[in-house]
Amino acid sequence: MIVSAPARRIRSERLPLVALVLAAVATAFFALPFIGLLWKAPWGDAWSILTSESALTALRLSLWCSLWATVFSVLFGVPLAWVLARLTFPGRGAVRALCTLSMVLPPVVAGVALFYALGRNGLVGQYLDEWFGITLPFTTAGVIVAQTFVAMPFLVLTVEAAFRQADTRFEDAARTLGASPWYVFRRITLPAIRPGLAAGAVLSWARALGEFGATITFAGNFPGRTQTMPLAIYLANETNPDEAIVLSLVLIAVSFGVLVALRDRYLGGTAPRAA
Amino acid sequence: MSRAPRIAAIVLASLALLAACGSSSSNNGGTAVKGAITVFAATSLTAGFNEAGAAFTKANPAAKVTFSFDASSALVTQISQGAPADVFASADTATMDKLVKAGLNGSAPVVFATNSLAVIVPKGNPKAITGVTDLSRAGLKVVLCAEQVPCGSYAKQVLTKANVTVTPASFEQNVKGVVTKVTAGEADAGIVYITDVKAAGDKAEAVTIPADLNVTASYPIATTKSSKNAGVDAAFIAFLTGPDGQAILAKYGFTKP
Repeated sequence: MIVSAPARRIRSERLPLVALVLAAVATAFFALPFIGLLWKAPWGDAWSILTSESALTALRLSLWCSLWATVFSVLFGVPLAWVLARLTFPGRGAVRALCTLSMVLPPVVAGVALFYALGRNGLVGQYLDEWFGITLPFTTAGVIVAQTFVAMPFLVLTVEAAFRQADTRFEDAARTLGASPWYVFRRITLPAIRPGLAAGAVLSWARALGEFGATITFAGNFPGRTQTMPLAIYLANETNPDEAIVLSLVLIAVSFGVLVALRDRYLGGTAPRAA
Repeated sequence: MSRAPRIAAIVLASLALLAACGSSSSNNGGTAVKGAITVFAATSLTAGFNEAGAAFTKANPAAKVTFSFDASSALVTQISQGAPADVFASADTATMDKLVKAGLNGSAPVVFATNSLAVIVPKGNPKAITGVTDLSRAGLKVVLCAEQVPCGSYAKQVLTKANVTVTPASFEQNVKGVVTKVTAGEADAGIVYITDVKAAGDKAEAVTIPADLNVTASYPIATTKSSKNAGVDAAFIAFLTGPDGQAILAKYGFTKP
């Protein structure tokens, strides 16, 4: 920030001062809690807490589950977003609202609702159990289901917006030249929505990584199987706040790194670069 | 254009109403205490305290009691981080000791109730569990509280005494997490407080843990150092330890200390 200050000042003259002040307040609002964590962090014990088996297990599980949740969100969310953006059918508004409800649902309620749907005695879950011997609660697969449930709407909304903004004339042109619908989707539509897709995937990944309430309610909490980082952090905070802080910092560092890296690489265009 | 002021007026009016409600009925009775307190209480106290709180405010119309229920361990962390609690009721003495050790209590803790543990099973006891030893059965889905939480450390004591090794499906963050998973039928059994089985109504049944394997959970209560309302907080503790409070707690399965 200090290094690039002179360049910024030149640009800022064209921006209203009020906007700059409010933006600074907003940035401080986001930064301060993290600075608080850094300030309280037990740096002496940090390394031993970090490399403890339980912390590494939780981190590994968190990354694994959140990546799968992102994969499923993309796999099912992109077609859903495409349908919502491109097809006109009665009740589309209701379908869109339904598919984004889990964003506003309190996560614990989402977990209980998943019980009633996919649990051992659930509406569908009883048949999963009876026919295939699959029970989702208390399993890693259950964590992925819970995370996908709350994370996918972020992808759907972002990608739907991208579909709407993409210029359909290219698709029409390809189609008149004899391209199959799948070819058009793969070679024209997908590249056009790539920034939106990347943004949506990152958002849903971040949501899945931080997911707590639905996970602990639906999948429970068992080290190595369903205890993701947020769960480990919550329980550590009960008895050993130092450990909770270190674990939180790890989670923050991982997410921050990924968000920064992806922003520059895929969502770029906004970051000023020296040409 | 004309909508914003109207909304503002409605908001203001409702705020005024709320404020009027909050400050109404100030001079009822000579000995009644006045003011609002926040009580941080162990999750297992939820039903009992809600009724006790209602009875207390009925006797003291100018007093207002707000509860915050969570695992005792979580509450102590919150208080040490500056959460505005006037009274703290813990599910074990170890957690209360933490508050005392940190110098955050206002009064000396008194034990106002005791509790014991039971095996909780879904209604009808589908897996025919007869005691703690059955919990080690293969294929049985058992949930326990995490060891960091009082109900979890108590459960561990019981299992140790019974010499039973259980591999739980989940370590829950508080006792209601165990109850939810059993009443939803996802878990086959759990270990919770007797009072929690009672509070679950007809959705769950208790399998008794015999006295020689059981533990006595003592519930201490104290005011906090930061308590703003010395009259009401002490009066609430006196009410709980008195005959009316004890009668209400007994209804929920708590026993006299």
